[in-house]
Amino acid sequence: MGGKVITITSGKGGVGKTTTTANIGVALARLNQKVVMIDADIGLRNLDIVMGLENRIVYDLVDVVEGRCKARQAMIKHKTFPELYLIPAAQTRDKTAVSPADMIQLTDGLRTEFDFIIIDSPAGIERGFRNAVAAADDVLIVTNPEVSAVRDADRVIGLLEAENKGPGQLILNRVKQDMIRRGEMLSPEDVTDLLAIKLIGIVPEDETVIPSSNSGIPVTLNDKSLAGLAFRNIARRLLGEEVPFIQLSESKGLFKRIARLFAGGER
Amino acid sequence: MREQTTVAIKGVKDGLLVTVSESGEWQIIMNDLAARIDHQSAFFNGARITLDVGSRPVRRDELSSLKAMLERRNISLWSVMSDSATSIDAASALDVRAAQTTSMAQGVKPDAAPFNPEEDGTIGVMIRRTLRSGRTVHSHGHVVVYGDVNAGAEIIASGDVIVWGRLRGNVHAGADGDESAVICALDMTPTQIRIAGYISIPPKDKRHKPKPETATIRDRQIVVVAWG
Repeated sequence: MGGKVITITSGKGGVGKTTTTANIGVALARLNQKVVMIDADIGLRNLDIVMGLENRIVYDLVDVVEGRCKARQAMIKHKTFPELYLIPAAQTRDKTAVSPADMIQLTDGLRTEFDFIIIDSPAGIERGFRNAVAAADDVLIVTNPEVSAVRDADRVIGLLEAENKGPGQLILNRVKQDMIRRGEMLSPEDVTDLLAIKLIGIVPEDETVIPSSNSGIPVTLNDKSLAGLAFRNIARRLLGEEVPFIQLSESKGLFKRIARLFAGGER
Repeated sequence: MREQTTVAIKGVKDGLLVTVSESGEWQIIMNDLAARIDHQSAFFNGARITLDVGSRPVRRDELSSLKAMLERRNISLWSVMSDSATSIDAASALDVRAAQTTSMAQGVKPDAAPFNPEEDGTIGVMIRRTLRSGRTVHSHGHVVVYGDVNAGAEIIASGDVIVWGRLRGNVHAGADGDESAVICALDMTPTQIRIAGYISIPPKDKRHKPKPETATIRDRQIVVVAWG
């Protein structure tokens, strides 16, 4: 059987699928796992930018599927982690250039070589989504603590259940504790109560995420970032470790202290 | 070439109605249908199909492979008609519209009195899972959900709707005009409920405590009262 195929999806756009994919990929690589990430968002390629690998693209996913190159040729090796690779999406084609069967065939070829194959799904529930989940052993659903994102996550979970891929595990991204305290944002409990699936990560809103993505250095490489820590914790949970969720409920001072404590403890 | 009598195709108002034989192997039916489509692929391209399987119980995997076969040919499986609960269940599991038909509904004469729940042979479906957003259930009888009905999910029933769980989505009971239909839930916080021709939106209530409630029509409006 070999490596595990994990698809990261959400239904709604803009909730942080690509950021999550990049960070979990890097965090797993830091834990000495062999990882290949596949950007399944054909036509709206992004993962290469977040990973800082845009200028190294020669071949892409559609080239592999259509037989213009071998999977190995399309894999871009990460700058710091030699066991971390990216297969970028094509920018000029659309979702129909790849079929679910192509994805299964591709990932089956990669399982022998890698511990994790992480697929970044496009937004939506159409062909691109079906391509992305076709090969998945596990699905991680990213959502934000707002009603529209949770509604879309619910829809996606229903579709996954219908394909016997469900229900998947949940990543709650961009959580703002002070807004939850004021009753202005759904709490993790509210969200899991609605969706009734297992939570694998709670990622706090963090101002370092966007500049990290812009500079192509995923935030999980920043040991001072609380979001980075949350992504590292998700990676450890994927490896079967029991890691408690970061407690976000205390005052800001303690919040930072805990962040430092965890960051220091992991080095 | 074999006589293709297992499949009948006819054009209807909003697409194509494909009626398949109630006996014979599913694989043969699929092959026949595929052959028919491939024979006139230009005609079928982009079509929307309603599949009538009659009383044939179609399993989820069978329906799933048919759906995939159609999708490969750029045809969408729009809805499934059957009076087999297995087929209806398979369709709703695959997120395809499902409509219960014929013999089950034949028990109810169109001009007859509304459903009598105490009468033998009352028809209905039992759904033993949570209905998530986007899932729609149509039934000519009653619907019982053992699970939640999440916001974005929808139940349309000619009879009553009972939710043994939280009702957050849309429910239309007595959809054929039966004003005696009721809607019950252990926690009644729907997006909207309808009974026959009446529509109701629940009041916004922040400090809502879950309790079983029943919605009925009284004095030409929907009222919600404690259950029991």
